[in-house]
Amino acid sequence: MNTPRAAWLLAGPALAVILLFFFLPVCAALALSLTDFDLYALASLKNLRFVGLDNYLQLLRTPLFWKALANTFIFVVVGVPLSIAASLGAALLINSKLAWFKPMFRTVFFAPVVTSMVAVAVIWRYLYHTRYGVINYVLDSLGLQPLDWLGDPRFAMPAIILFAVWKNFGYNMIIFLAGLQCIPSDLYEAAELDGARRFAMLRHITLPALAPTMFMVSLLTMTGYFQLFAEPYVMTQGGPLQSTVSVLYFMYEQGFKWWNLGRATAVAFVLFVLMFGVTLLQLRFAGRGLEE
Amino acid sequence: MSLRSNTWSARGSINALLVVGGIAAVFPLLWMLAVSFMAPGEASHFPPPLLPKSPTLANYRTLFADAGIGRYFINSLLLATGATLLSLAFNVGAGYAFAKLHFRGREKLFRMLLGALVIPGQVAMLPLFLMLKQMGLVNSFVGVLIPSAASIFGIFLVRQYALTIPDALLEAARLDGAGELRIFRSIVLPLLGPILVTLALFSFLGSWNDFMWPLIVLTDKDLYTLPVAIASLSSEHVQDNEMMMAGSVLTIVPVLLIFLGLQRYYLQGLTMGSVK
Repeated sequence: MNTPRAAWLLAGPALAVILLFFFLPVCAALALSLTDFDLYALASLKNLRFVGLDNYLQLLRTPLFWKALANTFIFVVVGVPLSIAASLGAALLINSKLAWFKPMFRTVFFAPVVTSMVAVAVIWRYLYHTRYGVINYVLDSLGLQPLDWLGDPRFAMPAIILFAVWKNFGYNMIIFLAGLQCIPSDLYEAAELDGARRFAMLRHITLPALAPTMFMVSLLTMTGYFQLFAEPYVMTQGGPLQSTVSVLYFMYEQGFKWWNLGRATAVAFVLFVLMFGVTLLQLRFAGRGLEE
Repeated sequence: MSLRSNTWSARGSINALLVVGGIAAVFPLLWMLAVSFMAPGEASHFPPPLLPKSPTLANYRTLFADAGIGRYFINSLLLATGATLLSLAFNVGAGYAFAKLHFRGREKLFRMLLGALVIPGQVAMLPLFLMLKQMGLVNSFVGVLIPSAASIFGIFLVRQYALTIPDALLEAARLDGAGELRIFRSIVLPLLGPILVTLALFSFLGSWNDFMWPLIVLTDKDLYTLPVAIASLSSEHVQDNEMMMAGSVLTIVPVLLIFLGLQRYYLQGLTMGSVK
């Protein structure tokens, strides 16, 4: 058998699945978002109407959608830097020549990443319990005011951010560790001979060398954080006072609770365009930064 | 002398920070394990108890006898196994083809696949749901499995690894008259061993932990996976702290053990998939 035929035989099935169950639905989504597909259309396609950009315009007039956008932005803007800082901090500590039991700490920090989001969200819901939660117990022992973490609209989103950082900082830590191990050690040795302090080495050797890694990590983490869903679904059901309704949570309710599939698809598209826009922005800024 | 004491204080603070971070990372999981062995209601005290007074399996018994968690466990196991087998069947050949076999439009196609990675899966979710409904696959395991059978990430992972196979080896086999499929089966597959373990691990864990798609597709309680069942149980049993922790143990510990056993492969795949 010649090479091209074998190649298509090996790659064809996977490409067919991706075409049929990813590319086709994505194209269909664009069409679906321009219709009023709802419970009646689900019963009979005769009830389906083309409505142009109505779904999008209606979203702009829906306060809860704006609220969901704002909540998701807060989650991204606060959560991503926090999470990256935690990952970088952990990676620097583990990579240090002075650290003991490195493989053990690496495993321990990474463990939350492989756990089921739903199951750990259930755990944290109890850790955040106002009266019996361990977190308030710790605050209390430190002489601080206990908080109504998941019941107060001011604290519910911070609580979810804290939980999300705990859950996934180990992932980027591994990528930073791989980046750190690529930095040639003679750079540090030369700096040490010149009498450079630890902090100066971090600033002038480590961080610049990590710039490409940092760029990729922030891009991937950001797109991940835009897709906030399971945390509010399990921990707060979007509450209190809709302070944790995310864009995807809003989409899920529109689509599978109220069966407004047309409008829900429009929500998915808005999310996609937002993520894409932020990615482009980052590419432009980082592209400039990396060239310098 | 001052240099040495400086190093010792640095060593002390670095390791202290590691210990504090380590405790923060595992505490919720250890707490879950401890509470799952407490008697019902025992955890709801102040100060919160950290160890069960007299460890009991009562919560696990309730979960299996009354909540039917055994069925959910088996559902999750079946789906994760199926997802793993499908992923191996579809992605490995494609990854190898994109790395080593020349065909028209290969580079263009590959760039297109990589570009498509920016499209979040949720965009496809609603039309996919309608498609599966037409095909009668909503509320079935096949419906849960089909969309993830082949993945761009899986193809990419295998391709990156397959690039390291020397071309000379394949050429030699071709000169000996071996067919392409024969070469794939008896030369390439054995060489891909480690990345197959990585891919299998990613697929198994990804399917086991997946939440949104099974939540959408599965409406029949008997078909629920563990995460879907845990989410539904936890809204019914908000007060049953101890029982919910036992449910979380059953959901988390199996994959945590698999990860601990095979973490070399998992972490290798993670850095391979993202560096570059």
